Amino acid sequence: MPIVTVDPWMELRTHTAARIALGRTGVSMPTHEVLRFGYAHAEARDAVYTPLDEDALREALEGDGWTTVTVHSAAKDRSTYLARPDLGRQLDGPSEEALGKQASSKHEVLLVVGDGLSSAAIHRNAAPFLRALRKHAPAKFCKGPVVIARQARVALGDAIGEKLGAKLVAVLIGERPGLSSPDSLGIYLTLDPRPDRTDADRNCISNVRPEGLPHDAAAKRMVWLCKEALRLGKTGVELKERSDLLEIEAQAGKDDS
Amino acid sequence: MEYRHRVAGRTWVFRDLKELLARASPLRSGDQLAGIAASSTAERMAARMALAEVPLRRFLDEVVIPYESDDVTRLVLDTHDNEAFAPIGALTVGDFRDWLLSDAVDSEVLARIKAGITPEMAAAVSKLMRNQDLILVARKCRVITRFRDTIGLPGTLSARLQPNHPTDDPRGIAAAIIDGLLYGSGDAVIGINPASDSLPALTELLHLTDDIIQHFEIPTQSCVLTHVTNQIDAIEKGAPVDLVFQSIAGTELANKSYGITLKMLAEARDAALSLKRGTVGDDVMYFETGQGSALSANAHHGVDQQTCEARAYAVARAYAPLLVNTVVGFIGPEYLYDGKQIIRAGLEDHFCGKLLGLPLGCDVCYTNHAEADQDDMDTLLTLLGTAGVTYIMGVPGADDIMLNYQSTSFHDALYLRELLGLARAPEFDAWLKKMDLTDEKHRMQPITPGHRLLEQIRTRALAP
Repeated sequence: MPIVTVDPWMELRTHTAARIALGRTGVSMPTHEVLRFGYAHAEARDAVYTPLDEDALREALEGDGWTTVTVHSAAKDRSTYLARPDLGRQLDGPSEEALGKQASSKHEVLLVVGDGLSSAAIHRNAAPFLRALRKHAPAKFCKGPVVIARQARVALGDAIGEKLGAKLVAVLIGERPGLSSPDSLGIYLTLDPRPDRTDADRNCISNVRPEGLPHDAAAKRMVWLCKEALRLGKTGVELKERSDLLEIEAQAGKDDS
Repeated sequence: MEYRHRVAGRTWVFRDLKELLARASPLRSGDQLAGIAASSTAERMAARMALAEVPLRRFLDEVVIPYESDDVTRLVLDTHDNEAFAPIGALTVGDFRDWLLSDAVDSEVLARIKAGITPEMAAAVSKLMRNQDLILVARKCRVITRFRDTIGLPGTLSARLQPNHPTDDPRGIAAAIIDGLLYGSGDAVIGINPASDSLPALTELLHLTDDIIQHFEIPTQSCVLTHVTNQIDAIEKGAPVDLVFQSIAGTELANKSYGITLKMLAEARDAALSLKRGTVGDDVMYFETGQGSALSANAHHGVDQQTCEARAYAVARAYAPLLVNTVVGFIGPEYLYDGKQIIRAGLEDHFCGKLLGLPLGCDVCYTNHAEADQDDMDTLLTLLGTAGVTYIMGVPGADDIMLNYQSTSFHDALYLRELLGLARAPEFDAWLKKMDLTDEKHRMQPITPGHRLLEQIRTRALAP
């Protein structure tokens, strides 16, 4: 008798990434699964705690022809960042000053890259996504500088966008890492950024990574949302409803054919 | 009213009951974030000493959120049962702890007084209790609910089968449901958190689960956990809705941030009742809660997060739910920082919910940015099992690939059954036996490759 009871429905794994048909030893998880799970958790933890490699990111972006400027939130370290989301939404003093010195750039779309909860998401996705964006977006959406933000929450983009006088801010940020997706990038769009903006004023494109929403598709979606937002003069719920509607119509069109 | 306590030559002053409750609460990051936690460990203990001397009756006179401006406060006071309160009406909070733990107080006594307990009284006494007290008293509480099976009988533990998929793929969801059923999970509910909130997508999921339940004659119920208004719409369009779900919180303002009112919950319940889909009972509501939700909506009025949570249970009990669960570690480290805080909160929530008469389950869970891991979850799971938790979640391999957090696995439920000798809802246990999934002792037995449940999904009879 083999020790582990194997589940005779492994083939169902083709339908889902969920951890199904794991087998059992007695009532418990087999050793192999305990270790596989533990490794995935370790990767997710490391994504939270590994500091953003700012030098490598800046080099990659500047190599692609972007200019960059780096800011830091008021959360001085990772443990403060985790316990105090309010501080992650504010700029620290030196960053306020540094941005104040930047000429108000009147960007149509200001790009901010923030570490958020996963530096791995930025390391793996930020540069390739921005390359895809440049391919699909009108040139006026891609005027620098790209703001690199450390210990950043999404709403830090509001403070940055206001300082630089941007019409719309796009925050590329590391999402809360999942066990099977430690490196998922989220993109949050906010028109007319200022500190009293709430989540209801934003539109989000999530799960941007090669295994989720690929960079090209995400870039196209972002370009569409930015154009619509600038045309309507709004981001948030209303824009979401419009894009849902288009998606439903596209779906219906597919079903008809 | 001001509260004072003198201890070891020092006098501590607390501005009002709300402040006293907050200062007495066990340390947690959410109360620190809100700026209402005790500023020192000594202040916390002094607050507990002061709280122990407050008469329970005081809670009927001094509210933590004004009656005029909050419908949860109004609900609590307007439905307070003075007759049920009478046996404890002369006690202080400290006496109440002693009374709850005393030999004279058993399940029947607790059932008689539950309508006399306000959520603030429950929260207050919990702050004076150690973990073992929370476990022992919760275990004395009996709460039994029914829809297609009987949940909460002594010696049982139920499980929600949670087969989520990041794009709601019907075959992916069906695969996870079959996996869960083959592991004996799902007697509380088969409950899907959908990624989409479009009505056609939700309706498809409702039909998918209903087809599986009908086809195999499973004595359980389904639920698609979307906004209550979507579910009312689905009912009006004729979709097969068993349970109506909603996330709820303990203040009117926080509920408003969820886009709900108490009236909407009543309408949703009426709509679900009108379908008469239950077979052994008509408890049709399913609620989820969690400490920190009021603060995260900036709707806590300076009330500590554990007291806000207990107030959410007062909302829940007005609608006779089949299931309520606290999603304890989902919210993140800014509210519950680490395993210790999550474990304590899970036990508090379970105790308060049960004391108020609710079928309380717990999503024993954590996110990857909290200081917690599987060992912490094993600890909380085991403690809640001994406390008689009504149900836990069943997620394939404990990894929810849609919501990106770790909950409990199908294996975890089997572990708790094996360890503590816990059965499932009796109707569901009988079904598992009938399907040759369990043996005489309700233990899982090896599944043959040609089992009916597998044949159905292979031949694409399910989720084609």
